[in-house]
Amino acid sequence: MNYEQLITEMAERDERFVIMTAENRALLRNIPKNDKISNRFFDTGITEQTMIGTAAGLALRGRTPIVHALAAFLTMRAFEFIRTDVGIANLPVKLTGFIPGFLSDGNGATHQAIEDISILRGIPGMEVFAPADEEDMLIMLPQIWNSKAPSYVRANIAKPVVSHSKDFTIGKAEVIAKGSDITFLVYGMLFPHVVEAKSILEKQGLSVGLVNMRSLKPVDEQVILDSVANSEVVIAVEDHFKIGGLYTIIAEVLLKHQKTGNVRSFSLGEKWFKPGRLTDVLNYEGFTGTKLSERALALLETPVIKS
Amino acid sequence: MKESEIIALKSLALKVRENIIGMSTEGGCFTGASLSCTDLFVYLYKNFLNVNPTNLTDPNRDYLFLSKGHDVPALYGLYAEIGFIEKSRLQNHLTTDDSIYWHPNRNIPGVEFHSGSLGHLPSVAMGVALDCRLKNQTNKIVVVTGDGELNEGSVWEAALVAAAYKLDNLILVVDRNYFQANMATEELIPLEPLKQKFEAFGWNVQEIDGHDFNQLEEAFDLKNFGNGKPSMVIAQTVRGKGLPSIEKRADRWFCNFSADEVKALLGELHDNKPAELVSETLVVR
Repeated sequence: MNYEQLITEMAERDERFVIMTAENRALLRNIPKNDKISNRFFDTGITEQTMIGTAAGLALRGRTPIVHALAAFLTMRAFEFIRTDVGIANLPVKLTGFIPGFLSDGNGATHQAIEDISILRGIPGMEVFAPADEEDMLIMLPQIWNSKAPSYVRANIAKPVVSHSKDFTIGKAEVIAKGSDITFLVYGMLFPHVVEAKSILEKQGLSVGLVNMRSLKPVDEQVILDSVANSEVVIAVEDHFKIGGLYTIIAEVLLKHQKTGNVRSFSLGEKWFKPGRLTDVLNYEGFTGTKLSERALALLETPVIKS
Repeated sequence: MKESEIIALKSLALKVRENIIGMSTEGGCFTGASLSCTDLFVYLYKNFLNVNPTNLTDPNRDYLFLSKGHDVPALYGLYAEIGFIEKSRLQNHLTTDDSIYWHPNRNIPGVEFHSGSLGHLPSVAMGVALDCRLKNQTNKIVVVTGDGELNEGSVWEAALVAAAYKLDNLILVVDRNYFQANMATEELIPLEPLKQKFEAFGWNVQEIDGHDFNQLEEAFDLKNFGNGKPSMVIAQTVRGKGLPSIEKRADRWFCNFSADEVKALLGELHDNKPAELVSETLVVR
């Protein structure tokens, strides 16, 4: 099963689903040729705003549009349409953003959606998800698409390196391992790299926890609180600016519960990343398994300031 | 159109204009832009659209999307006269007890979608038109935009896409009053030749006097729509229509009149006696 097979199966079974794209057909190659659903496939051309407005109109009539575009243009070119037409009306429009974060690899800063989590989660009622890989995404999508809420998903078609729990609930993270020295909280395409970092650190005798966040809004508050309570250091790993992403979400959760903790951020800070081949980018920016493990070790060696 | 019918429509339009003037105080509203499309709304709701207070949830009703949301006093002013809302609710304008404020919202029966941010509803209406076609329905989807609104690129995007999808159940009506906010359209971003522009985009385009009920009747004849193309009606209108003391004025877009001025303007509306206006003219928003 892949993304296209899932969307095809769901759309064939349920007439509410319409499939839209702003001429991004990477995940939708055969749908225009499928007689059962091709009349519910609308490619509006390179018009992200018009696609979102049209999706809102279809949703007004009881449809659930699943819309596709490159994540940067979907979330930013069309942002005000998402906020105004989908957000204010709270319509079940399902956004799938292709090549989010580091997955835009060699495109350059124009294509880097690394503020998408921040801006989308700011819309009242909007749910935000970032699966770790294709398997994880396929586990998550049926619930996301069947819900009445508008949502944004960071598409991720990477092959899985670990098998994921089939037990997905909106607002729940997947706890891969608990650890007392370091706990990594991560979402999206960086997940396998953190898996590798974890195994390197464990070989050095450390107890390492790992959480696949899956759902960033609503977020699993308990997992954040437990990680902070049970681990010397918690590291939020994300291909996103530091502001508004997972690190900020953790800060919000801790403040809400009147807690504090040793939480660090491995993010892109306030800069766009250096474009290139994905493996080169990850190495350059310090997000390979090896680099992540080195950065984590360096953190452990830095004394924690305690008041 | 029969003379008696024209008299009835004119009399209804007069009441709507009274309602608009009544809302142009205690905080004010977009009076000039509302008066220009009054006759248009009166005609569409009375003689063209199959929509009324009893069929507002019927998927087979006709849809009117008001994209130039700031002229909503004309819509509510009409809704109060044709039974969509109680007329007394107009008194609630700008109070937080009701949802009657400067832009439309779906808490008011008859409003199909909220607007205020320009250039949105052509695409929203397109989504509804696509779904009606998917379901083999023959209802009409009308979207009303301003002329200044045509500055927005999203309108032209939607124009391209509607033509590509041959959405011949979609009718875009432009309230062509030649003003945008505080400027004349042709002095800022000229739109002409507007008809030819949309024709070049693959639309059927008609150009009419938007205050002439006979011309409205002729334009909104079903035989003018269809043939695989979306349609546009450019309604030539006058900003502030009905009140010569504010007509065609760039500085009378948004108006917040005193109680005395409202009284004088109601007089002007009925017997053309020019009102003496001292309130601030240019309210820039």
